[in-house]
Amino acid sequence: MKTVENVAQETLHVKDEALQTRASWSSALRFLAVMAVLLGLAYPLATTTVGGWLFPEQAGGSLMRDPSGRVIGSRLVAQTFVGDGYFIGRPSAAGNDAASVSGSNLAPGNAALRERAEADAQTIARREGVSVDQIPVDLITASGSGIDPHISPEAARLQVARVAQVRQIDEASVTALLEPALENTGWLGAPVINVLRLNASLDERYPAASGEDDSPSNTVE
Amino acid sequence: MNDMIAIYALVALLGVPLGLYMGRALGSRRTRMDALFAVIEAPIYRLAGIDSHQSMTWQAYALAILKLHAGLILLAWLVFMFQGVLPLNPDGIAGMPWDTALHTAVSFATNTNQQHYSGQAQLSHLSQTLAIVTLQFLTPATGLAVLVAIARTLLVKRGASVLKGVGNYYQDLTRSVVRVLLPLAVVVALLLTWQGVPASYQAAPQVEMLDAQVEEVQSIPLGPVASMVAIKQLGTNGGGWYGPNSSVPLENPTPLANVVETASLTLIPVALLFAIALISGRRRLMLGVGAVMLAFSLVSTSVVVYSERMPNAALIELSQPGANLEGKELRFGTDLSALWGSWTTQTSNGSVNAMHDSFNPMGGMMLLMDMFVNVTFGGIGVGLIGFFLYLMLAAFVGSLMVGRAPELFGKPLETREMRWISLAILAQPLVILGLSALTVAMPGAVQNSNPGFHGLSQVLYEFTSAFANNGSGFEGLGDDTPWWNLACVVALLIGRFLPMLVPLAVAGWLAGKRTAPAGRGTLPMDSPAFMGLTAGVIVIVNLLGFLPVLVLGPIAEAAVQGF
Repeated sequence: MKTVENVAQETLHVKDEALQTRASWSSALRFLAVMAVLLGLAYPLATTTVGGWLFPEQAGGSLMRDPSGRVIGSRLVAQTFVGDGYFIGRPSAAGNDAASVSGSNLAPGNAALRERAEADAQTIARREGVSVDQIPVDLITASGSGIDPHISPEAARLQVARVAQVRQIDEASVTALLEPALENTGWLGAPVINVLRLNASLDERYPAASGEDDSPSNTVE
Repeated sequence: MNDMIAIYALVALLGVPLGLYMGRALGSRRTRMDALFAVIEAPIYRLAGIDSHQSMTWQAYALAILKLHAGLILLAWLVFMFQGVLPLNPDGIAGMPWDTALHTAVSFATNTNQQHYSGQAQLSHLSQTLAIVTLQFLTPATGLAVLVAIARTLLVKRGASVLKGVGNYYQDLTRSVVRVLLPLAVVVALLLTWQGVPASYQAAPQVEMLDAQVEEVQSIPLGPVASMVAIKQLGTNGGGWYGPNSSVPLENPTPLANVVETASLTLIPVALLFAIALISGRRRLMLGVGAVMLAFSLVSTSVVVYSERMPNAALIELSQPGANLEGKELRFGTDLSALWGSWTTQTSNGSVNAMHDSFNPMGGMMLLMDMFVNVTFGGIGVGLIGFFLYLMLAAFVGSLMVGRAPELFGKPLETREMRWISLAILAQPLVILGLSALTVAMPGAVQNSNPGFHGLSQVLYEFTSAFANNGSGFEGLGDDTPWWNLACVVALLIGRFLPMLVPLAVAGWLAGKRTAPAGRGTLPMDSPAFMGLTAGVIVIVNLLGFLPVLVLGPIAEAAVQGF
């Protein structure tokens, strides 16, 4: 450990003799201009360029394409599904609009939250033919972003029978598609189902019976 | 659980070496890295016309801060208002109204990043980078600079008596940016891009929904998001690209991204303990400070994690029993949302990965208390500065208790110092409670989205967040009104500059005083007993100030819901 006096001498580095007693506007503004170019323009440009070059797909919004190459959405953005031939995601306070992302911001004590959840729970119970106490909690809670692309594996399994019936395929074929849509299966996070990927694989595999059946459940919101 | 272990381990493992590196990089001793970084630093000084070796008086240092920040506010304000006609605006976003633009400029210039707008829809790429990212670097760097100035003046043993001035602001600032923040941000930005955070200057892709029955076109806003999210997390900034911040999958796509972003929240505030220990040589003192902070942090995090594991009272018997997932992302679940929530309010960051408005009452209350205390690691630089403010008060109280003339590190604490220290501490309840009361009393001003007790909590949270320079919110509040924008500007400015500059002034004043040799009766400031006293002072001051309003808000809310 150096002695205190040593530290103090080496400290100066800053000249000790002439102490600066004033701060000028011109240094402040010139410094600001230099830093704005370095930090506000050069840094984002450099990291964005290098990032886009190293990871072009992720940098561009993780877009998904169908076999014909058409962009069908982003892996990271939930879409709205109303057709009974599709798996349905979590409630969204933003209508899955990525440009106006939002949570519900309803407090647990707010009657509006209870009303919304009650309506959602009854819709789901009717659609899937189950009682409300069988519904996983993620299906009646709005996410923080309003575009949460995931549901729990239980929430997906709850919907298998209905999807299979509407698409007129056996349940095992639908269940087989869950596994490939599973994400976060590694050491971190808990496994979740990506709804858009799951539905896209349904459409791809069983295109004849897409969600455009002629008896859509008009109770679905 | 694995995620939690990874996050804590990452902070612990990186915090120590980073702190020691920062101590060398920002301390005033010459090091070999000076020549290396001179490649970038020297041109900055030259272009700005600054003699970085000239030490400033504390007054000049403070004045330089205020002048630079006036410039920052003006730059950001103008860019926000005129972004519609400026370049880098592929989505054709219009200029911001003057009051929202002013609030946003002040909010980012005070390291708060409170947002009364939604970034993806209301800011152009130029605003998000030139205005916001610039401020997201320079404001934490300012906190760092002031902390280092205080450390070398007040904390270094007898250093102040040999040193004139507190250092050079522009040198401290430049070093903080070039040697610490910028390299870390580049690494984190690339990690996040790898995980799926957009990095692009393209306009938003327009996508037809897969379900043909849904006749909507989905717009997916992109931008140089990763570069901003990196410094947002590292710099205790918190202002995200998208409105709901890191709950948005584009801003925080995977569990690994969440580990990186959560660890980045606390990394520098924790590392600073080691940096200041190195710079000041007061290792026992910093150990004590760290212990108090860690204790506060663990209590807070435990309460929030427990609270969010409980079911949401509104959803009882509407589904399988489950934790409170309202406002939370499934890929994180409640534990990681609670951990983030408690850390972001402890460190004055203010980014979120879940909506705090929908937290259970006890969890929401803990977040408020974290922001009242605001020194549990705290914002970059200002966390420790705030802790020193409490330490000064504790030294005053403690000296009187043992019957000594009040002193701090051997320097007498006299009327002038104590008057300003008290003002800096008391300003917090005065401003927060005063503005909250005014808002509630004015018809039509509140704009809260929830009825009853939680409605009051929303108002309280907004001003607390502004004063604490946190930036998170109970976001249901309709806060983009002239009243909210201007009232928050007042809280932001006082909350930033008073608690930061008063300790700098005290350091400057004390430096000019004679040191009394330590004797038998001297209060040992690095003793566990004194740290206990300081912790007690922190708890008592905050409970005295805020317990009544907590009873009216979250405590009443919890009581009604039965837990």
